[in-house]
Amino acid sequence: MKKILITALMAVVVIACGSNNTNNASDKTTGSSDQNSSSGNPSYDPKRGEGKFTKVDVSPTLDMAKADAGNKVYAVKCSACHKLTAEKLVGPGWKGVTDRHTAEWIMNFATNTDDMLTKDPKAQAMLEICLVRMPNQNLSDDDARNVYEFMRKNDGVK
Amino acid sequence: MKKIQLVAITTLLLYLLTGTYSCKPRNAGSAVTAGAAEKAYVPPGKYDEFYNFVSGGFNGQLSVYGLPSGRLLKIVPIFSVFPENGYGYSEETKPMLNTSHGFVPWDDQHHLELSQTNGDVDGRWIFANANNTPRVARIDLSTFKTVEIMELPNSAGNHSSPFITENTEYVVAGTRFAVPFDNDNGDVPINTYRKNFKGSISFISVDKNNGNMKLAFQLRVPPIDFDLSHAGKAKSNGWFFFSCYNTEQANTLLEVNASQRDKDFILAVNWKKAEEYIKEGKGKKETVQYAHNVYDEKKHGATSTIEKEVLVLDTKDLADLCYFIPCPKSPHGCDVDPTGEYIVGSGKLAALIPVFSFDKIQKAIADKKFIGNYDGIPVIDYDAALYGEVKKPGLGPLHTEFDGRGNAITTMFVSSEIVKWNIKDLKIIDRQPTYYSPGHLCIPGGDSRNPNGKYVIVYNKITKDRYLPTGPELAQAAQLFDITGDKMNLILDFPTVGEPHYAQAIEASKIRDHSVKFYNINDNQNAFVSKGEAATKVVRDGKRVDVYITQIRSHFSPDNIEGVKVGDEVYWHVTNLEQDWDVPHGFAVKGANNAELLVMPGETQSFKWVPEKAGMYPFYCTDFCSALHQEMQGYIRISPAGSNIPLSFSTGKNLPDSSTAPPLLDK
Repeated sequence: MKKILITALMAVVVIACGSNNTNNASDKTTGSSDQNSSSGNPSYDPKRGEGKFTKVDVSPTLDMAKADAGNKVYAVKCSACHKLTAEKLVGPGWKGVTDRHTAEWIMNFATNTDDMLTKDPKAQAMLEICLVRMPNQNLSDDDARNVYEFMRKNDGVK
Repeated sequence: MKKIQLVAITTLLLYLLTGTYSCKPRNAGSAVTAGAAEKAYVPPGKYDEFYNFVSGGFNGQLSVYGLPSGRLLKIVPIFSVFPENGYGYSEETKPMLNTSHGFVPWDDQHHLELSQTNGDVDGRWIFANANNTPRVARIDLSTFKTVEIMELPNSAGNHSSPFITENTEYVVAGTRFAVPFDNDNGDVPINTYRKNFKGSISFISVDKNNGNMKLAFQLRVPPIDFDLSHAGKAKSNGWFFFSCYNTEQANTLLEVNASQRDKDFILAVNWKKAEEYIKEGKGKKETVQYAHNVYDEKKHGATSTIEKEVLVLDTKDLADLCYFIPCPKSPHGCDVDPTGEYIVGSGKLAALIPVFSFDKIQKAIADKKFIGNYDGIPVIDYDAALYGEVKKPGLGPLHTEFDGRGNAITTMFVSSEIVKWNIKDLKIIDRQPTYYSPGHLCIPGGDSRNPNGKYVIVYNKITKDRYLPTGPELAQAAQLFDITGDKMNLILDFPTVGEPHYAQAIEASKIRDHSVKFYNINDNQNAFVSKGEAATKVVRDGKRVDVYITQIRSHFSPDNIEGVKVGDEVYWHVTNLEQDWDVPHGFAVKGANNAELLVMPGETQSFKWVPEKAGMYPFYCTDFCSALHQEMQGYIRISPAGSNIPLSFSTGKNLPDSSTAPPLLDK
């Protein structure tokens, strides 16, 4: 009789532990599959990057007012780490950046930095070289657009 | 024999199981109820439900805890220098601690009061008193920074402070020490106390838009000790109530000589009437001196102004302004219930708790039920003001808060317990031991019109055996009780910083979402800001050298500086260019005997350094900021006085001769 009781009790304990483990395991599975789907997500557009900018209107000629405003933002928030030549300082130099990336990608990276550093293959490749996660400098949408125009000016657009 | 043993063991087990085994001294084991851990548990990564603002007493600071977890979230320096972030050391914050006595680097911070709108805590500001060199401070709860400090003239021992009215119209400050006033000759024999000493109660108005404080007027009151106070609310809005002791007007051995009379007083002040008198021009202007220090969140710096005038109303000369209500035995706490009808006085030496009725006080005044006057102030008949007495509540009642369900909870210092009683029938509902000797207690919104009666936190004065010993000085113990049921259940002990006196608690939602994450660099109006590296420079003006230096992950600009000399006064103006949350940078220079800095994103902070010896002085970031934090460093070269090394500064340009490159050893 005693033995049966003990066995029964142990069974209850085992069941309880077992069900806990199952829960944990399934949590982990969901977590990792989420991660897989985000980096390998077929809907992720590596040209556009991830962020609020889906389609940026860029005219063939330079918008001087925007470029000037962008220069001011650059001086305060970007110049500490980015040179206007091709030379890497803390981050990559800006020469040619508008040829390497789309307007959307650049503006998304500038405003949604953390997400992009986690998900975007090009951003991650650059992080491996620079080893400093680019700080989010909290650019407004207009700031980001103006900085992009300043980059275009730097790349020779007239 | 075996049988006897068996019986003994069974009996013992029975005792233990049924809880009748009671010789055990009271300790945590017997006081904590089942489920306590679960109630106080906040899982990793989850937020607490309440902020708890706890005064720091002799450390002059305020500490912020999360409830119910008891996790320490922040320490806010108010009246004391704080090495952690350079408060009181940096050029920007030094003026905050200026007084008419000069720079006072520490004080004793006792009470806190959250700002209120319509009798509800609103989460905009919290006010704090300095007890020793009398001051009142305002802390902005969007930045958790001390933004204003007002010194009080004609005051000593600013204990009865900083209690507020229900729309934060006024913060009050009453004197614990009567003294000869600032314009009187204070060089008099101490035993001429009754002739030469006076008391005062200051009313500081608060601008409802920006919080700016102004010393609106001062009441001249008799030379007795004003201890604690609370404003009327709802029906009693317009009145303020102050507990007073030492009505004996003793000036020595107060322990005995101020405990002679059966009853001292609660002072009822009709502040709306005071406003009328001020409007009618009854206030007398007095020339005094007091510091008014304001921190500007755009300039990231403080200014200290010495104010020169105070408007005084003498309560002796003005009718209908003040009334004394007799209150047994050296009252300490003076607490007003959420309806504003009941005023609870806690006589430290009394064996009962008197509860006064606002309506009865009004009627007694109308019917002139006075038993005489004290220094020109009418004294209301005790029974005419009394609603009733809580009999045998315990020993040494100190403070009372309210749960919003018609109950009051009072701390009992001498008998080490909290006692819950019903305000209407004055019957005791529950009593629970605390460990040990509770002083203040706090219910979220507990002195507002709408308390959130989920918890009471009790701040004990004596800790003894509650925590691992840490030498002669021990952390003070706060204890959290769940008060949702009739019985109060102890669910958590947590140690505090300094000595907590009064505390405030508020729903986290009222503060959390307004919290500032960083300062916009474009709004930075500090006179020495560098907006971007292009703006950095080193400027010499005679012996003064201003270094405009920036920080961003992970370098300084400039990081090589030469041409500075022994005896120069070097001002480091450090601007953090980051524009994201939680990226402060630190700043330290070898041998600097004034300060280190902690600079928030978008902020500029400065400190002064006078190098005394020629040599090489490294500087670096003291707050781990990135993978290359250890690389965030620079040098300043100090040459002898009279040296003609030209001033130069740069980042990344001052390169060594390439022929001196160390050997490259990897293949």
